[in-house]
Amino acid sequence: MSSLELTWLPQQSDWNDSLKYFTALKHSEAWTALVDMANARLDMMTTIKLDRQLRKLFKESPVNLQTKPVRLAMLGSSTVDHLHAGIRVGALRRNMWVSLYQGNYGQYVQDIHDDGSALHAWAPDTILFAFDARHLLAGYHVGEPAQASEARVAAVIDRIVGLWRSARSKFGCDIIQQTILPIYARLFGENENRLPGAPAALVARLNEQIRTRALDEGVTLLSLDQWAIEDGLTAWHDPAMWHRAKQEVHLTAMPMYGDIVGRILAAQQGKSRKCLVLDLDNTLWGGVIGDDGIDGIVLGQGNALGEAFSDFQRYVKDLSRRGVILAVCSKNDEKNALLPFEQHQDMILRRDDIAFFSASWGDKATAIRAIARQLNIGLDAIVFADDNPFERNIVRRELPMVAVPELPDDPAFYAAMIARAGYFEGIAMTAEDATRTQQYKANIERESGRDSATDLPSYLKSLDMTLHWSRFTHADQARVVQLINKTNQFNLTTRRYSTEDVGKLLDNSAVLPLQMRLVDKFGDNGIISIVIGYLIEKTINLDTWLMSCRVLGRQVEHAVLDIVVEQARRMGANRLIGHFRPTEKNSMVAEHYLRLGFTALPDESGIDRRFELRLDTYQTLPTFFVITEN
Amino acid sequence: MTEADVLLKLEEIFRDLFDLPDLQLDVSMSADDIDEWDSVNHVMLVVQIEREFKIKFHTAEVEEMKNVGDLLKLVVGKLNTATLR
Repeated sequence: MSSLELTWLPQQSDWNDSLKYFTALKHSEAWTALVDMANARLDMMTTIKLDRQLRKLFKESPVNLQTKPVRLAMLGSSTVDHLHAGIRVGALRRNMWVSLYQGNYGQYVQDIHDDGSALHAWAPDTILFAFDARHLLAGYHVGEPAQASEARVAAVIDRIVGLWRSARSKFGCDIIQQTILPIYARLFGENENRLPGAPAALVARLNEQIRTRALDEGVTLLSLDQWAIEDGLTAWHDPAMWHRAKQEVHLTAMPMYGDIVGRILAAQQGKSRKCLVLDLDNTLWGGVIGDDGIDGIVLGQGNALGEAFSDFQRYVKDLSRRGVILAVCSKNDEKNALLPFEQHQDMILRRDDIAFFSASWGDKATAIRAIARQLNIGLDAIVFADDNPFERNIVRRELPMVAVPELPDDPAFYAAMIARAGYFEGIAMTAEDATRTQQYKANIERESGRDSATDLPSYLKSLDMTLHWSRFTHADQARVVQLINKTNQFNLTTRRYSTEDVGKLLDNSAVLPLQMRLVDKFGDNGIISIVIGYLIEKTINLDTWLMSCRVLGRQVEHAVLDIVVEQARRMGANRLIGHFRPTEKNSMVAEHYLRLGFTALPDESGIDRRFELRLDTYQTLPTFFVITEN
Repeated sequence: MTEADVLLKLEEIFRDLFDLPDLQLDVSMSADDIDEWDSVNHVMLVVQIEREFKIKFHTAEVEEMKNVGDLLKLVVGKLNTATLR
């Protein structure tokens, strides 16, 4: 029962008292007060009470709302009236007004097709179709031939699509289609889909096809089946309630259902939130950067808590990839706040992902106002995520239009909480969404740079590339092992090394194990190249040379050779021998050593082809890198 | 929880749900005595009682609830069974 609570909304201890004071409020203040009260953690009873107050005070939409009032007809094959209070409150939560059509359930065909119907007189601007499986699949026949099942599903889908088209041509309205709740008990079990005519399998097929057709027809979905997966069917559907009152959606799910409808209606008016403002300490990583330092904060592999924070960062990064703007609001010295973004190996979010970075010791409400101004967005477009209840509450108080979700104690559940709140509800992914993210922007800048640059050298020069090199380190061992074992194309010998093998190289003075990290003006590309050489009688044998293909075409290999030559000289070598072992995937580097000025050695009919470079005559190749040792 | 306690709590639920702040609940009352107690609200009433007392009614029991007395007896009975367990 509690699984469908609106957990991201704060509990308001004085909620019931507030409800009583409405009589004392002026009409203009009442709406704002109602919106505030809708943004508390309401259950069935409080939702009903608030809806009652709303309808008492407002017979129609208040004037001067920033949102367009919606006339919504919810047409279903079972009882839907018990969901109306939830829908009105779900819209109220978003500063929206919804009028709901009071129809009779099961009358939807007449409602749509009969020009004299009450629905026609009422003139909806949005229709939500909510069909139950029992209605759609009436007369199903277990064990019928598979073809008959297919035809049955196709017929139902044709009927539904027909309704969409009729509704649209008669009313010119937006259409929302609820997917079908999977209410049927399974007959066959794990392989239910192999039993032709099994109703549970038919529902799955229906939902698949509803999704496909809705995309073609420009119909918005309410994915009730997904919610049933997330929360369990029993949270959403109670067969006892069905038999008692033909209510397919459980009455206790009404506040959540209404919120989902509310977020869809808001999204259709472009009122979904646009920007996620993030706190840093204990929100993006564990610990306090100012106290614990770069090595003390908890983030990344090897620690459950650190992985939980990484996972949250990944979710946030993915949000930015779909067009949500990211900003930071942290009480910190800016230098400290930036440190993990610049130096921590396990940061998934990069400075580049953050559209506006606010780190100061002022109060967060003021900082968020500044962020909104800088990004030129409204405060009602902002979601503020902070682990600290103190900060959450002050922002809620100062800026009630900013959405401030409750965050659970455990960061493992941060992403789920923000997702559940539905702040960033999307209807269709646009090209604009994609380009909004910094990642894409950076790539576009790289590409356009290539166009405008007169030639490759000046383009490479404009990238401000720095190659940081070092011998293998303990800290980067995992990444090194990963690169060695997954790089196939730019890999001269494709020799694999285990973690243990790599570990043995670290402190061996007769080995030259090099890792190279590339940083350019678009960000840190991480470790992108590895060379392993063995010193044998004044010769460095290049056992391994590999590079990530992401950084091809930048002449990284020229700079790497410079580094190798310098280190080889320091170790007392007078020549390099490069090894090439052909595989199915590494033909791109067949000429690698020749291009770098090595000479092929006579074939000794070994597996490796060998190339020699004499160090006394070596001349530095031109590169576009600043080379620094880490 | 005594029978009187349960009745008091039921009264609170009736008041909240039907928006009748002054309602005095009596065991003899039935849906005929309270206008707001229609079939739609009855469903809500049952769900809210289940939530408040953390009990679950049998489908057959819901059919049998004709008046406040029936309701009270059912709730008290379920609470007692729960305690015995």
